[in-house]
Amino acid sequence: MTETATHTETERPAATAPAVETFGLRKVYGERVAVEDLTLRVEEGEVFGFLGPNGAGKTTSVKMLMGLVRPTSGTARLLGRPLGDRAARAKIGFLPEMFRFHDWLTGEELLDIHGQLYGMSRAQRQRRIPEVLELVGLSHAARQRVRTYSKGMQQRIGLAQALLNEPRLVFLDEPTSALDPIGRRDVRDIILRLRAAGMTVFLNSHLLSEVESVSDRVAIINHGRVAAIGPMADLLRRDLTVELRLSAVDPELLDDLGRLVHIEHVDGRERPTVVARVPDEETIARAVDLLVGRGVRVYGVTPERRTLEQVFLDVVEKEGGEVR
Amino acid sequence: MKALVIARLTFHEALQRKLIWGVLALSLVFVALYAFGFHMLVREWNEMQARRPDDAGGPMMTYEIFASSMVMLGLYTVNFLAGIMTIFAAVGAIASEIDSGTLHAIIPKPLARWELVLGKYLGYAGMLVVYIAVMVGSVVVTARLIGSYTPPNIVQGMLLIVLVAMILLSLTMLGSTLFSTIANGVIVFMLYGMAMTGGLVEQIGTVLSNQTLINIGVATSILLPSDSMWRLASYVVQPQIAISFTGPNPLGTTVPPSATAVQYSIAYCLVLLLAAMLVFRRRDL
Repeated sequence: MTETATHTETERPAATAPAVETFGLRKVYGERVAVEDLTLRVEEGEVFGFLGPNGAGKTTSVKMLMGLVRPTSGTARLLGRPLGDRAARAKIGFLPEMFRFHDWLTGEELLDIHGQLYGMSRAQRQRRIPEVLELVGLSHAARQRVRTYSKGMQQRIGLAQALLNEPRLVFLDEPTSALDPIGRRDVRDIILRLRAAGMTVFLNSHLLSEVESVSDRVAIINHGRVAAIGPMADLLRRDLTVELRLSAVDPELLDDLGRLVHIEHVDGRERPTVVARVPDEETIARAVDLLVGRGVRVYGVTPERRTLEQVFLDVVEKEGGEVR
Repeated sequence: MKALVIARLTFHEALQRKLIWGVLALSLVFVALYAFGFHMLVREWNEMQARRPDDAGGPMMTYEIFASSMVMLGLYTVNFLAGIMTIFAAVGAIASEIDSGTLHAIIPKPLARWELVLGKYLGYAGMLVVYIAVMVGSVVVTARLIGSYTPPNIVQGMLLIVLVAMILLSLTMLGSTLFSTIANGVIVFMLYGMAMTGGLVEQIGTVLSNQTLINIGVATSILLPSDSMWRLASYVVQPQIAISFTGPNPLGTTVPPSATAVQYSIAYCLVLLLAAMLVFRRRDL
């Protein structure tokens, strides 16, 4: 996997190092294996979707990367630095799954404390806090106590906190779980803006449509290991369903076609519509060649795009069958 | 330093807690009652003196004993309230923040885990020092204004009460990195009670000259030196005449703990704080 990251910035000294790199991360709680073996790589500048069914080890994986949980074995590097490195942590943002903070603070005060913890100077904080409040749409509530915020607003202030230090790498754990559809769209737009600015986003979400709409690459983890990983487009393109509208086809030709593709059903006789499963796009081209070569007229070829949901269900239901 | 950010946050956080305000309200009531009580003592004493024949001898010396006992009672209450406040404030210092999830956004920041523990310690310590200073001040000012009495070595006494609070704070913080909030509360209060009882047993042992009882007291002081440091505080703020007059008693002592005991107590605080840092360093959140 060497999809190039979008190297938009030039001043990055360590831009060649992957944003996230893990080698056999493993976490065992007593008898229970939470994460079996997490090995993956996220290039700088990409939006990386991290998926998996409940209990697959997603949260534990993120917690290990964030230094909340000590790995039983394995290693990882963030921004080219070993886990726990302070300089790297100053350049990483994190929105925990359930963002909770001392709710007697106002939004502004909360961000100020987080800014201090990031090691930002007073001037940096004064410049950056209004910026992130604006970005997440909370400027109007800056002087309100967080206690009075709605769930959605609390998630937004959490996002503001994660972006405060202008991180190079940001981990978002279920960033839209408490948001309404408008809030979700806002967050999706924010993620796209972050990507445009060259930031690496590690997105942990169970909302597959959300992941599908923003991610460059995706990993699906199951039973504590990576079951599938790759560029979104590749994952969606494999194992396609295609609909062919043809002129009359004799059974012999259908048999031949059946050896190339997996025919699911044929509707109609004069102008049949053949629905078939193909392993990849190349096979569609070969099927069309075959048909045209035998004098069949091809009126329409409609590949049916798979959704991430279908890919996800296939992978998970296959019990961790390797897609790649 | 990041620990100071945490310290300030912890200080403000503590002031948000209803329990703390409860203790503060109780403290106010105490100060008012104390001032009233001292006033009544002085009035009774003066009436008694007026009825006494002139040749009874040395009335001022005995007044000193009563006034000193009053100060002792006041400081004992301050010490006790400060102890309760310490335990209530810090009982969930780490555990409750793990449960509520507030640490999840803090730990990934560029600060070491020990800085978080130290910061919390300093935040609580700051609050307790202010509290103890104000309360000891109230007792001393009451004694001066109402009772015209100034206890000796009051700064040392106050520092020893602060040391008592620090001992309990270290213990409570360490417990909070190991146990749930409730379990920690139970354990710390049991130990606190044990230390007080141990101190009493030692006093009884002194009266009866029973070495076994004295040894039990010493053993509990080693396990938790809070009570022995209080007894030292009570010893230094009383004039010798008051100590000889009252003898071994539930609140004080006639045999002050040594300088080694003070050094031990300070080391105790440091070691437990260090242990809390080490435990929390390895803790999964």
